[in-house]
Amino acid sequence: MKQKVTLTINGKSVTEEVEPRTLLIHFLRENLNLTGAHIGCETSLCGACTVEVDGKAVKSCAMFTVQAAGKSVTTIEGLAENGKYHPVQNAFWEEHGLQCGYCTPGMIIAVKQLLDRNPNPTDEEIRHGIEGNLCRCTGYQHIVNAARTAAKQMQAVGKGA
Amino acid sequence: MATTTITKTNPLVGQRIKRREDPRLITGTATYVDDLKLPGMYHACIVRSPHAAAKINGIDTKAALAIPGVVAVYTYPDIAAVGPVPCGAALPGLRTPNHTILAKDRVYYVGHPVAVAVASDRYIARDAADAVEVDYHPLPAVADPEKALAKGAPPVHPEWPDNVAFTYQQKGGDPDKAFKEAEVVVKQRIVQQRLIPAAMEGRAVVADWKVGDGALTVWTSTQIPHLLRTLLSGMLGIGEHKLRVVAPEVGGGFGSKLNVYAEEALMGFVSMKLGRPVKWIESRRENFTCTIHGRGQVDYYEIAAKKTGEITGIRLKIVQDLGSYHQLLGPVIPTLTVLMMQGLYRCNNIDADVVGAFTNCVPTDAYRGAGRPEATHGIERMIDILAAELKMDPAEIRLKNFIRNDEFPYGTGTGLSYDSGNYAAPLDQAMQTIGYKKLRAEQTEARKQGKLMGIGMATYGEICAFGPSAATPAGGWESATVRIEPSGKVTVMTGASPHGQGEETTFAQIAADELGVGIDDVVVLHGDTSIVQYGIGTFGSRGTAVGGTALYYALQKLKDKIKIYGKMLLKSEEVSFESGHCVCQKTGAKIPVAQIAGASYRALQLPPDTEPGLSVTHFWEPSNFCFPFGAHIVVSEVDKETGDVEIKRYVAVDDCGKVLNPLIVDGQIHGGIAQGMGQALWEQAVYDESGQLLTGEFMDYAFPKASMMPWLETGHTVTPSPVNPLGVKGVGEAGTIGSTPAVVNSVVDALSPLGIRHLDMPLTPENLWKRMKGAAQ
Repeated sequence: MKQKVTLTINGKSVTEEVEPRTLLIHFLRENLNLTGAHIGCETSLCGACTVEVDGKAVKSCAMFTVQAAGKSVTTIEGLAENGKYHPVQNAFWEEHGLQCGYCTPGMIIAVKQLLDRNPNPTDEEIRHGIEGNLCRCTGYQHIVNAARTAAKQMQAVGKGA
Repeated sequence: MATTTITKTNPLVGQRIKRREDPRLITGTATYVDDLKLPGMYHACIVRSPHAAAKINGIDTKAALAIPGVVAVYTYPDIAAVGPVPCGAALPGLRTPNHTILAKDRVYYVGHPVAVAVASDRYIARDAADAVEVDYHPLPAVADPEKALAKGAPPVHPEWPDNVAFTYQQKGGDPDKAFKEAEVVVKQRIVQQRLIPAAMEGRAVVADWKVGDGALTVWTSTQIPHLLRTLLSGMLGIGEHKLRVVAPEVGGGFGSKLNVYAEEALMGFVSMKLGRPVKWIESRRENFTCTIHGRGQVDYYEIAAKKTGEITGIRLKIVQDLGSYHQLLGPVIPTLTVLMMQGLYRCNNIDADVVGAFTNCVPTDAYRGAGRPEATHGIERMIDILAAELKMDPAEIRLKNFIRNDEFPYGTGTGLSYDSGNYAAPLDQAMQTIGYKKLRAEQTEARKQGKLMGIGMATYGEICAFGPSAATPAGGWESATVRIEPSGKVTVMTGASPHGQGEETTFAQIAADELGVGIDDVVVLHGDTSIVQYGIGTFGSRGTAVGGTALYYALQKLKDKIKIYGKMLLKSEEVSFESGHCVCQKTGAKIPVAQIAGASYRALQLPPDTEPGLSVTHFWEPSNFCFPFGAHIVVSEVDKETGDVEIKRYVAVDDCGKVLNPLIVDGQIHGGIAQGMGQALWEQAVYDESGQLLTGEFMDYAFPKASMMPWLETGHTVTPSPVNPLGVKGVGEAGTIGSTPAVVNSVVDALSPLGIRHLDMPLTPENLWKRMKGAAQ
């Protein structure tokens, strides 16, 4: 039996009827056509489906849509503001932090989360911070560079530079 | 066409240009197969065997069909007219199982497709697949290639009770004499464990049959859309002109999508049967159990040498674990190992003997490096073992055996012609970067303090730019079309369908430079057989070296045509093409390419014997492979108590010829090293005795994470390839090939004070702890 849920997606209120077993990732992708977050394992191990739920990075393949009821979800599609990329998106582009791009939306959300919590992480902290997100293409080095670059840019903006 | 080296300064080629494909990828707006939504689309889920070997007594689909929303369940009798999964290997005497796209009456690996359930959404399709009842009679299975070849092993296919799929021998020079006269012989058994490619996007297929057109479109996550179309056309009995294959955004391949899979034909069949589009998305579990694995060899090496360290003969016996049937290229892979068995060394006396064994496992096939990592690991381990035997420094013994700079092109004992090389250069550079001499002194000190510090190196060479057509199963050329639109904008179409390699950027760099236009005026299209001329695909580090070269020649032809129009418009016979303009040599008058394009399409006036428009296609056949090389040096330390390996420093100096975009080349090297290091230290596909895959999810398979990777210091030497005018060689697989033996050699060096001279991979703490404990006793 379907259940009615209301949640905020990228700043907009959404009300839909879903089966209780519908995973958040499927709801985002199938019901809302937000296909930026990807499915890489369906077991919460790869992080390709990472989105923000109430400001926390969450693997949306391990959360039912009904669990997100009343919460605010930000996906990769909601990161750019007024057509301007988020500094983490920019840094991934600048530093070649992606190749095939499949892990990228989840990886960007994970890096954003890391920098929200720790604006000036060491390389070790960056590597630890993205440990839940797998990438087969990059060897992670350019992703670490991207996180560092994003941290600098965000701090510069924060200081009003 | 004669090859010439580009000598002029190129403004874009060689620069760290940001990738042009990235905006769609960083905003989540790219389109992968699973992002497609077609009106009326059904979803499919496949019923798979839980047994590695079993007879099928019967299949009951009643309960599945009774579920609301379930449209159909198909089993073997339904698909009997669809052709089997094709194998492109042409080895003499090769035994090829008839691998039907659904199992007929017998399954031979865990994950073997038995039935397909089709429903209105993916949840119901999975419910239906779960509800299909298959009555199996389990049979004995064998999962280890050497056990499979032993007498009395259960036959994977009853018609071939010895489990031998093929044997293959190759000899060069006079190996028997070399071994007879050898002053020293070293031997080692080296295991190349099975690996799981694990692209982040699994396989994914959408098929759409348009009954009115009698035409099928298949969107699939593949590296080879055109080859796939040709082969699917045969399997499904649809004319190639009525079959369109699209590789949209492809989320990584690493060789695992250089293939034709049962599911690609199966979805075509389902869509044709039901007249509706249908989608199948591989789960991670299916990706691990049913998509090809890599490596899977047991190698027996013997090296004959002089006491000076000069290698005089190499013998290699390969037992290749082929799995239970052949995918596209599986049996070819160990023959590539043979081709590269002498590495960078002058020894041409080679003797190779390959046996391909059937096992009740998923097939092995091309995985990043495809046969060459195995070869490099083998010879690079053996040369270290020889150095240890002769108490020589591993750098010294390599330098002594390298092919000399004045010997290129060098004909190997295996029949290859190495195009160009300067093998000492990257080794020298890597040794200087890492401070080799000082490190050895530090190591002596560390050992005195009881620390297990290792310094290891690998100097690799590899075959890239696959390749001359005579040496590839389906053509080794590549194609490019360049079209200048009436407004002067440029459309490039490449047959080398990429999946993360950044060809939309590097190919635009080449085109922009040659045509003298801005990079933003160029678009690179690929991956859709209805748009792009026939092509071969991206694999074997061939995208730039073969596809890029095809583009280069197409651009030269196009420039010739531009000049013909330029001559007409400038009313001069002496016209050159410079920086995007036709220039009259006498008057200096010039016309921009956009204006020429406009005139060529408007066609109010045409030069004699000249067609309107500016569009050129070029198919380029390479005369040889390219052979990149390099040196990786690794400093490691092993924890005596836990067996944990710490990589203290990693220096990689690679020579991939000319570098078009250093940013992209570094990315390729980094990713390659992570995969090679994954094999050295962590990854292994483990089947138990009954053929169950124990490492069936990311939970159990040690995929490298960010925290596991050390900082990688990269450098380059540049030895242009004479095979193509760009001077490029290829870089897609280099990191994977160089890193595995470098890491293992380093760890073996760390444990050498314990008397250990070889370690089989992966070098997990558990494995090392056991070896250290054994050595201590």
